[in-house]
Amino acid sequence: MSTHGDHQEMSFWRKYIFSQDHKIIGLQYGITALFFLLAGFTMMMMMRWQLAYPGQPVPFIGGLLGEDNAPGGIILPEFYNQLGAMHGTIMIFLGVVPLAVGAFGNYIVPLQIGAPDMAFPKINMTSYWAYFLGGVIMMVSFFVPGGAANSGWTSYPPLADIATMGQTFWLFGMIFLITSSLLGSINFITTIIQLRVKGLTWMRLPFFVWAQLVTAFLLLLAFPSLEAAGVLQLMDRLLGTSFFLPSGLVVSGQILEVSGGGSPLLWQHLFWFLAHPEVYVLILPAMGIVAEVIATNTRKPLWGYKSMVYSTIFLGFMSFVVWAHHMYLTGMGTAISAFFQTTTMIISIPSVVILTALLLSLWGGSIRFTTPMLFALGFLPMFAIGGLTGLPLGLAAADIPLHDTYYVIGHFHYIVAPGTIFALFAGIYHWYPKITGRQLSETLGKVHFWGSMVFMNGIFMPMFVQGLAGVSRRLWDAGEQYAHASGVLWTNEWMSISAWLLFVFQLPFIYNILRSLRGPKVESDNPWQATTLEWATTSPPGHGNFATPPVVYRGAYEYSVPGHEADFLPQNQPEKG
Amino acid sequence: MENMLGLPPLASVHGAGIDRLLGWVHWLMAVLFVGWGIYFIYTVIRFRSARQPKADYVGVTSHYSSYIEGGVALFEAILLIGLALPIWATVKNDFPEESQATVVRVVSEQFAWNIHYPGADGIFGKTSLDLLDAETNPLGLDRSDPYAQDDITTINQLHLPVNKPVIIHLTSKDVIHSFGLPEMRVKQDAIPGMSIPVWFIPTLTTAELREIKEDPNVTFEIACAQLCGLGHYRMRGFLTVETQEEFDAWLAEEAAAQQEEAGDDDWW
Repeated sequence: MSTHGDHQEMSFWRKYIFSQDHKIIGLQYGITALFFLLAGFTMMMMMRWQLAYPGQPVPFIGGLLGEDNAPGGIILPEFYNQLGAMHGTIMIFLGVVPLAVGAFGNYIVPLQIGAPDMAFPKINMTSYWAYFLGGVIMMVSFFVPGGAANSGWTSYPPLADIATMGQTFWLFGMIFLITSSLLGSINFITTIIQLRVKGLTWMRLPFFVWAQLVTAFLLLLAFPSLEAAGVLQLMDRLLGTSFFLPSGLVVSGQILEVSGGGSPLLWQHLFWFLAHPEVYVLILPAMGIVAEVIATNTRKPLWGYKSMVYSTIFLGFMSFVVWAHHMYLTGMGTAISAFFQTTTMIISIPSVVILTALLLSLWGGSIRFTTPMLFALGFLPMFAIGGLTGLPLGLAAADIPLHDTYYVIGHFHYIVAPGTIFALFAGIYHWYPKITGRQLSETLGKVHFWGSMVFMNGIFMPMFVQGLAGVSRRLWDAGEQYAHASGVLWTNEWMSISAWLLFVFQLPFIYNILRSLRGPKVESDNPWQATTLEWATTSPPGHGNFATPPVVYRGAYEYSVPGHEADFLPQNQPEKG
Repeated sequence: MENMLGLPPLASVHGAGIDRLLGWVHWLMAVLFVGWGIYFIYTVIRFRSARQPKADYVGVTSHYSSYIEGGVALFEAILLIGLALPIWATVKNDFPEESQATVVRVVSEQFAWNIHYPGADGIFGKTSLDLLDAETNPLGLDRSDPYAQDDITTINQLHLPVNKPVIIHLTSKDVIHSFGLPEMRVKQDAIPGMSIPVWFIPTLTTAELREIKEDPNVTFEIACAQLCGLGHYRMRGFLTVETQEEFDAWLAEEAAAQQEEAGDDDWW
């Protein structure tokens, strides 16, 4: 069923549930991921109650949490740790990456390269269902004895090796999720290399496609180490091996009956070998989206397109040689730490180049402040804060007081939350007309933007203050026990209120998405007057995407070309004779 | 800049270098953010479509941004080579002689810090898993070992003399913990199966800390900095920094108290 041509009429199940059409699969990924983002957000809101009011019963829903998790509605430290581990896991692996890669990548990449579908539609379908199953396993883990995984999304042994059953579910869930990503990455790479239409040379590709290509390579090459590590940890937990368990362990006064001789650090190396490239998986598609939205809404080409492409490739390569900057305090000496500090400083360069190119792209533009553009613009300073706060963490000596404090949490959340997630919002507002044939309300969009902008900062800016004061992360009572924290804990209440208000400002967005589905059809297939190929077909595109395969005559961002009346030249528009 | 960052009061020699590095890095961050921010705000106002109906196809032609990027890379290199690498080398390589230092073992567990002093003979007594008892002998110290006779063990109470180097040998009984002393700018993972040394020179006594914080009850704290289970949040230990005389007196007191306890075990 991968070629257009004659089809029998497909059943509902084949057409919408077990679909091999990249657009349906993209929507499946998108809707599923949005639900998981909401789930992860809800877990965070519960944690933030406990942080603002330690030991107080959670209002309204406290009774629903169960006596094992929250007797009398008061979140127990065990449950708090479950919420923490699962919030991170769900947001990264079930929320952001499936939305950024599985949804946006799947839907848009074939369109932007003029292809009728992805190269391997069956693999595409399989990768979605593997993701779905992995997600089910993860969520079900909350209901097993002992609850969900509670050793952080990082699952360091020995703690994770000896943790309750939920950790086993986490490991099986990860195996499904990793399999999904590996299948997807093969598809993206093959599709982008092989299925570009005539005239679409590498340097005419939209930056979004380049970003997805490098992302796919990161997933393909980095995930195997975590897949292997996950299997090893499962073997430690279920089969009596000691890959990660040293000899002589004593837990709660009892000698642990294990074979021993293993190394906890082995897990950390295998984990971070994936997890560092993973953070570039989190940001590159977002940069891709921001680039598209900025070009469309400034009516001029991206500045420094070539340097952005080369920087993205270099970034992808460098991302494989920085992982141990997460391990500076494990007893690392001078030589290895000098290597990783140097590579970490070097990797900041391509990030700065890409951010600078996006900023410089604004100069000389004719800027339209549409909702997607507001989110794309908002992304820029937020990503800057996140990226800059990585500098003290990347230098080992400066990392000593900041390691495992709230400074780290502030750093990565600025990149992922008002960074990547803002870019994903921009993408939703930007491509909604193409996917549904309708427009989202600009008014509701602006409300969504301004509320999110204010309250994202309300949550995360004080974290740097807390981290510099020495407040450790993953503390059930926010650090109340410690005198060195006492001066900064007052910020917790404001941070939590910001979190709950941030939720409130997502409601207009959810309402907007649902209500606009029944709004008036947009007349134009290209309401933003954009140049890239997805806008050269119907909204939504039909099966096979293009009635005839397009031919590309120019680069991806030929806006306001001198000597032309229209302020944009679509990629597939022939030169005038 | 480091005074504006809200760091805890500085109480160690090497910590000064760390604070200086933090200060310089945050200056770089501030300059970049403010610089980019001014450009950004100017640009979105100047080039809004009402004021710029037609976009300029070419955009920026100058190479200022390349020079600035080059400058940033150079500054990062200077911070790395001039400050960061040397400070790390000091922390990792310049260990004092054990004979010139206070030497302590810290064995972390869920959820407490076991502190082990070698006593007057300067040699840690043998420990054995078989002798381990959660209540009475969490370190599994073998009191029959002659070197163990003068060893002193406490739970969560670390005392150190001021202005004298200290070497701490860190390990864990169960899971990874992390030994954090915020005022000392010390943090080191305590990993089971490994013994990792960390050294520093405390420069502030507890009494001086109390004056600085205007709080007669405050103490230096040990903070666990690696998720270690449900009690991670309450793995708080206490560090007292005092004069050499006060420290020796405390050690003598502890030794006597532990001799007495050991004596109580004699049943004949």
